[in-house]
Amino acid sequence: MTGKILVNEQVVPNVHRLVLDAPMIARRAQPGQFIMIIPDAEGERVPFTLSDWDIEAGTITIYYQEAGVSTMKLTALKPGESVHVVVGPLGRPTKIEKHGTVLVGGGCYGLGAIYPLAKAFKEAGNKVIAMLEARTTYIVYNEERLSEVTDEIIVVTADGSRGVRGHIKDGMKVLSDRGEKIDHSHFVGCTFMMMLSAEATKPYGIPTIVSLNTLMVDGTGMCGVCRVLVDGNTKFACVDGPDFDGHMVNWDMVFARKRGYEGEENLAYQFHKCRVDGAISQNAKSQEAV
Amino acid sequence: MSKRRDGLTAKERMAIPRAKMPEQDAQARASNFEEVPLGLTPEQAMEESKRCLECRKQPCVHGCPVGVQIPEFLDLVGQGKFVEAARLIKETNILPAVTGRVCPQEDQCEGDCTLFKKYGGVSIGALERFVADYERNNSIVEIPPKPKPSGKKVAVIGSGPSGLTVAGDLILEGHEVTMFEALHEAGGVLVYGIPEFRLPKEIVKAEVNYLAKQGVDIQLHKVVGMSIAMNELLEEYDSVYIGVGAGLPTFMRIKGEELNGVFSANEYLTRANLMKGYLFPEYDSPLPPGKHTCVIGGGNVAMDAARVARRLGGESTIVYRRAREQLPARGEEVHHAEEEGIDFQLLTNPVRIIGQDGKVVGMECIRMELGEPDDSGRRRPIPIEGSNFEIECDQVVISIGAGPNPLLIQTMPDLEINRWGYIEVDKNNRTNIEKVWAGGDIVTGAATVILAMGAGRIAARSIQAYLTGQPQPGTEEQQEEAS
Ligand SMILES: Cc1cc2nc3c(=O)[nH]c(=O)nc-3n(C[C@H](O)[C@H](O)[C@H](O)COP(=O)(O)OP(=O)(O)OC[C@H]3O[C@@H](n4cnc5c(N)ncnc54)[C@H](O)[C@@H]3O)c2cc1C
Ligand SMILES: Cc1cc2nc3c(=O)[nH]c(=O)nc-3n(C[C@H](O)[C@H](O)[C@H](O)COP(=O)(O)OP(=O)(O)OC[C@H]3O[C@@H](n4cnc5c(N)ncnc54)[C@H](O)[C@@H]3O)c2cc1C
Ligand code: SF4
Ligand code: SF4
Ligand code: FES
Repeated sequence: MTGKILVNEQVVPNVHRLVLDAPMIARRAQPGQFIMIIPDAEGERVPFTLSDWDIEAGTITIYYQEAGVSTMKLTALKPGESVHVVVGPLGRPTKIEKHGTVLVGGGCYGLGAIYPLAKAFKEAGNKVIAMLEARTTYIVYNEERLSEVTDEIIVVTADGSRGVRGHIKDGMKVLSDRGEKIDHSHFVGCTFMMMLSAEATKPYGIPTIVSLNTLMVDGTGMCGVCRVLVDGNTKFACVDGPDFDGHMVNWDMVFARKRGYEGEENLAYQFHKCRVDGAISQNAKSQEAV
Repeated sequence: MSKRRDGLTAKERMAIPRAKMPEQDAQARASNFEEVPLGLTPEQAMEESKRCLECRKQPCVHGCPVGVQIPEFLDLVGQGKFVEAARLIKETNILPAVTGRVCPQEDQCEGDCTLFKKYGGVSIGALERFVADYERNNSIVEIPPKPKPSGKKVAVIGSGPSGLTVAGDLILEGHEVTMFEALHEAGGVLVYGIPEFRLPKEIVKAEVNYLAKQGVDIQLHKVVGMSIAMNELLEEYDSVYIGVGAGLPTFMRIKGEELNGVFSANEYLTRANLMKGYLFPEYDSPLPPGKHTCVIGGGNVAMDAARVARRLGGESTIVYRRAREQLPARGEEVHHAEEEGIDFQLLTNPVRIIGQDGKVVGMECIRMELGEPDDSGRRRPIPIEGSNFEIECDQVVISIGAGPNPLLIQTMPDLEINRWGYIEVDKNNRTNIEKVWAGGDIVTGAATVILAMGAGRIAARSIQAYLTGQPQPGTEEQQEEAS
């Protein structure tokens, strides 16, 4: 049944891999696209990047971080159970071309999400370098799978516990120091990481695509909550993106708009946590909601 | 029509006062999401129906875009045959419980009623609603016997009122009908846009269930163009109907629109209705109550947003650039909004939205005056120089119209569209592509529920003719055959 959970496991602290039965989505999935999941009947529509799929098995894979209510609800689901709704694929597929040498950079869920990009760029005849950014060694994941489709993997850790110490920009420096010419780059991860990565490629003049992860409600171009300014034009991330030119994105606006519901998100998280913990009874909860 | 039994004279009919719809108290309802008009009682309904003069020329019927047989159904109401009345209406209008509530009756059936000017039109909408509710609540809704399978397959894209009509009409002809809907509930604007207090979702659900019981295969969360390609549908189905609506929100391109606290009406209403944001945190999608919400625009959508804002507990203001008489919303909604304490800033236009730390703190507006008539025949509002002023507010909802839903059309380069992006069709709602019909808001631009249903009916007839090898309705061939 569509939406049935086959695997739901924590791969490194706070990053989970979810494999769902979704043959129709698997059949149409392309690199750079996303799906939306509604975890349960009261849930929000939450976007996640398609990080792998298997047309024959009819399955799709996403990596997610527990950030708030929706992702907390996901972690609680067990194989055999189902998510309430899964819809997709959505968004425009990434433009895959032969550029020469392509750098795909990932942070947090991006370590999982860059896999289809790396694979497609490789298949298009590029030399592909993956750069994995993590706070520390033990939260690096997906290396093995990525190594199948890349020419090189560079690990960058903030604490220097492995690979290059620092962030994407420090990794960029290593590449430039050894005279590596990068023709194209693509980054997936938290907003901050994508912004800093775009800043890092700019001095080298490397064309840079980022997969924006704005707030979304419908994901079909109907509500406008996902609007971003790109080169001064209003774009909807769900239908015009999620890929945009990282050097043209108005990052201040992206950040400001993401904070739009911070207070409510915290409230919802606490509310749900209390409910899970049994602190709010079914009756008390409905009263509180009014 | 059979002779009426009550034997009243025209004079006696005109002497009956127009029924007053019982309503939830304005104070109470301003803080709940329950329906505002409570519905007529059976006695009221029978009495009101007797006001009909049975005019020979039936101006009311001409005023109705789908030509509901109004005097005939009113006669049945007068005899207490409510279920029969509902079924009669359904011959032309499959969603009377919806249209009775949301049609702009004063511009259509009731506005053209002979009694309108002097006595107030017969309450056709309220009666339509009454009999439909009565049928739903008091009778076993009969599922028509399964027609002989035709062996033909029809795909309907979009489950708004136009898609529902096409599906409902064609399932009766024995075709296999599949309806694709992008969102997780069927009904289009009826579920994501129009709020609960104006159209209880229960009603839409019942109608959708009725179609499902008749055998319509309803495929939710399938975005045609993304989840399934149009080409695949064209291969698998004998006809395809596109009813994807005009859901693309328009922004104003004024300063400050990116600020937090600025919503499109679609976002605001979708959070409220489809995602049940008013039940947050019980439901996960938040819809934070504003202290003061300014809604820009004057249509039904704007009234709905303003009334939702009021119900969430804040002050609520409509900012509209023309005068009160020009408000495009249904009269009843404007009246209800006023009763609920919504402030109207008319002849006022926003200039910019003012922000602090990324959040809305106010809006600068300018006063307008009416100049010469424009293309639409309405006097054009022109800004009064130097009349700028600021309104303090923490939310702004932009409700100045919508554009065509682009997702599907983008994937169909050969489809003929006009310069605003709406689909071009002939008088039978056929597009330039073989096997493909379109109707509703995606053809006309944002219009009304009943017009979308009317378009669905026209398309369904044309599809039926096509599938059975008959001449197209309205062609010479067809007329010859009919005579
Ligand atoms: C196209 C797209 C693809 C995405 N792909 C993935 C993916 O593959 N894996 C994944 O884990 N997440 C992904 N995201 C982000 C994910 O949708 C959000 O993290 C999600 O809102 C979390 O929901 P929640 O209810 O658990 O947390 P919320 O309650 O919504 O948020 C909790 C906290 O996280 C912050 N937050 C909210 N949205 C985001 C966001 N988009 N990015 C970062 N922080 C956010 C909030 O400000 C808040 O502080 C994607 C987003 C988009 C738009
Ligand atoms: C807030 C609001 C209040 C209104 N009030 C009134 C009123 O009081 N009276 C009145 O007569 N009219 C009113 N209207 C207008 C009326 O609702 C519309 O004219 C009518 O719903 C149009 O019907 P439709 O079938 O063309 O499309 P819609 O109702 O817009 O339905 C289109 C459906 O298609 C789906 N869709 C879009 N793209 C795809 C795709 N690619 N694949 C699958 N599905 C897709 C959408 O999700 C949607 O469900 C109101 C509109 C709004 C927004
Ligand atoms: S469908 Fe609308 S216009 Fe027609 S009779 Fe009913 S309420 Fe009036
Ligand atoms: S116009 Fe009014 S009075 Fe005349 S038939 Fe129609 S509803 Fe009756
Ligand atoms: S998420 Fe609603 S328009 Fe993009």
